[in-house]
Amino acid sequence: MASNKHTIVALVADRPGVLNRMASLFRRRGFNIDSIAVGHSETPHLSRMTIVAEGSDSQVEQIRKQVEKIIDVIRVQDISGLDIVSRELALIKVKASAETRSEIMQIVDIFRAKIVDVSTDSVMVEATGDEEKLSSLYNLLKPFGIKEMTRTGRIAMARGGQVARREEAAE
Amino acid sequence: MKLTGAQILCESLLKEGVDVVFGYPGGQVLPLYHTLTQYPQLRHILVRHEQGAVHAADAYARVTGRVGVCFATSGPGATNLITGLANAYMDSIPMVAVTGQVPRAMIGRDAFQESDITGITIPITKHNYLVMDVADLAKTVKEAFYIASTGRPGPVLIDLPRDIQQECAEFHFPARVNLPGYKPTLGGNPLQIKKAVKLLGEAKKPVIIAGHGVRISRAYKELKFLAETLQIPVLTTLLGISGFPESNPLSFGMIGMHGLAPANMAITNSDLVVAIGMRFDDRATGKISSFAPHAKVIHIDIDPAEIGKNVAVDVPIVGDVKTVLVELNKEIGPVRHDEWLTQLSDWKKQYPSGIDIRESETILPQYVIRKIWEATKGNATVVTGVGQHQMFAALHYYYDKPNSYITSGGLGTMGFELPAAFGAQVGLPDETIWCIAGDGSIQMTIQELGTIRQENSPVKIAILNNGFLGMVRQWQELFYQHNYSSTPLWCPDFIKIAEAYGIPAQNVTRKEDVGAAIKKAMETEGPYILNFVVEPEENVYPMVPPGAGIDQILHEPLKEAC
Repeated sequence: MASNKHTIVALVADRPGVLNRMASLFRRRGFNIDSIAVGHSETPHLSRMTIVAEGSDSQVEQIRKQVEKIIDVIRVQDISGLDIVSRELALIKVKASAETRSEIMQIVDIFRAKIVDVSTDSVMVEATGDEEKLSSLYNLLKPFGIKEMTRTGRIAMARGGQVARREEAAE
Repeated sequence: MKLTGAQILCESLLKEGVDVVFGYPGGQVLPLYHTLTQYPQLRHILVRHEQGAVHAADAYARVTGRVGVCFATSGPGATNLITGLANAYMDSIPMVAVTGQVPRAMIGRDAFQESDITGITIPITKHNYLVMDVADLAKTVKEAFYIASTGRPGPVLIDLPRDIQQECAEFHFPARVNLPGYKPTLGGNPLQIKKAVKLLGEAKKPVIIAGHGVRISRAYKELKFLAETLQIPVLTTLLGISGFPESNPLSFGMIGMHGLAPANMAITNSDLVVAIGMRFDDRATGKISSFAPHAKVIHIDIDPAEIGKNVAVDVPIVGDVKTVLVELNKEIGPVRHDEWLTQLSDWKKQYPSGIDIRESETILPQYVIRKIWEATKGNATVVTGVGQHQMFAALHYYYDKPNSYITSGGLGTMGFELPAAFGAQVGLPDETIWCIAGDGSIQMTIQELGTIRQENSPVKIAILNNGFLGMVRQWQELFYQHNYSSTPLWCPDFIKIAEAYGIPAQNVTRKEDVGAAIKKAMETEGPYILNFVVEPEENVYPMVPPGAGIDQILHEPLKEAC
């Protein structure tokens, strides 16, 4: 019953208010959402959401079943136990002067990130990866002075042929 | 031919077999109300408050098994539905509520009487819709009725901007719905049913707990067959009352906070709990850790999310109660549990206090309920509000008639009784409806006497008037050192109120007049109000203190602890 982070993937109808229904359900059942990311899926009119939330296995199982009851939710799966690929995108604006710029560029290279904007006193770094990688990059850039940062939250997918699909209820 | 949105709504309701709607007009539903007069087949009943409409639709749905329908205007009209929607949601009642909304161009501008009712009702409806294109309306109504009435039933709200009601579109009512995210499981998993049969075969001390699902699914015969074939005692939740005949020797009554001692003792000592269409509410289970500590649990429920939510389950069976019981019943053969049943009967003798009525010169509320049961011979449908009167009506009337106890269980809505009794009477026009009310509870929706009078509904109303908010007072007495904070209740002269509404009524203050008064009410055509002045500080026993195990039963007041 260890409390840990779960990655829940839901395929939902692309209708107004779906995000609200989902977020409202988590809130009223007492779950903190670490991150929630939504975008188009491979199917027209369907979006795929990735939600990261913390809780015991049984709590997360309950929330998954409750999510499944939302009419606009087509399928939902807790993919935490599977072999998954998870990614996050971050944009980080770092203070940079002529002296520090090359040092920042080296760090960015090591992380296979990109500099996507440069000004006289800052650079903007684009990075993708799992949460740990982005946090490490952030920690290394921090001493230069972070002006602004935004992260997308996790998106995830199971490796190989596994597809997030509706599971047998209560099994 | 093109129809207006309002006409499309009415035509769609007719396609769904709706013949009665409870509602209240207002600015943003004027086009709909203008159109209603073209549809005399849709009987519209004007209530006195939107809460009355939603409770009436709720009880109508409970007694008929059909979808209850109510209308309200935008803003305050819509928000007045909230309590009733939450009530219907908690008790799994099929309902479609249609609300007016400000015209599309005004949405989001804080227009006069605008409220985001779809946003507000997300947590208390099974689903809801804001219709933004008149071409979607017929499909929306079809889906709403399908969602409300299938799977685990529940309320669905359709918010209808005023300009949509006026716009025109071709009317095509779809033959079927296509909701890829909504596929209720009806039949039980055969493997799980096998496992259940095995556990049932091994059990020495099994109990059945019958919940509201038995009534919603109308599985009375199937439950009776299961219980009688396997000789398993049947206990009910509050909402399970009237799902199994109480005259049956296998019936041991209600469980939980005000459950009967033998029922609660049976659960604590059982080795197998067969939970059928119930959701392990805390009022039914008491402290979870001491609920059925020695028992394996078979849980049959149509809602997979209910399984394992509060109590760990050994054999989960997701499906419609009736369908699952039919499948289960095919696999079982006769068994006896004589020793176990004798034990339960012994507890019944040992703890008789639950249904015994003490000697009293004054009118005890239990006595009134018993007399109503005697007068109706159990053939009435009893509708209650929430409080002591609800528990007295649960414990002291004997429910043999299926589906004859209508009450607000999950939400515990005071004021439910009067509009609900009216709605039940609309659903069952030829049957006797007794509204058992508290003096506090009835005053929350007492204006619905106007509806009852206007419709000449023959509801019989018994107010158990103790001058207190009785259940709260009981808790204050038992757990808050008799500190009666804001529970003594000044009441109006109910007879004058009745008179003002043109409803015959009488006060009953003497015990010897109770029977005759009930008889008079039943013989009088149309509605009748009886105001029983009852013992002010009578308590509901047995009682399990909140937070205790359900076998920790109080049969009399606690001695002062501090």
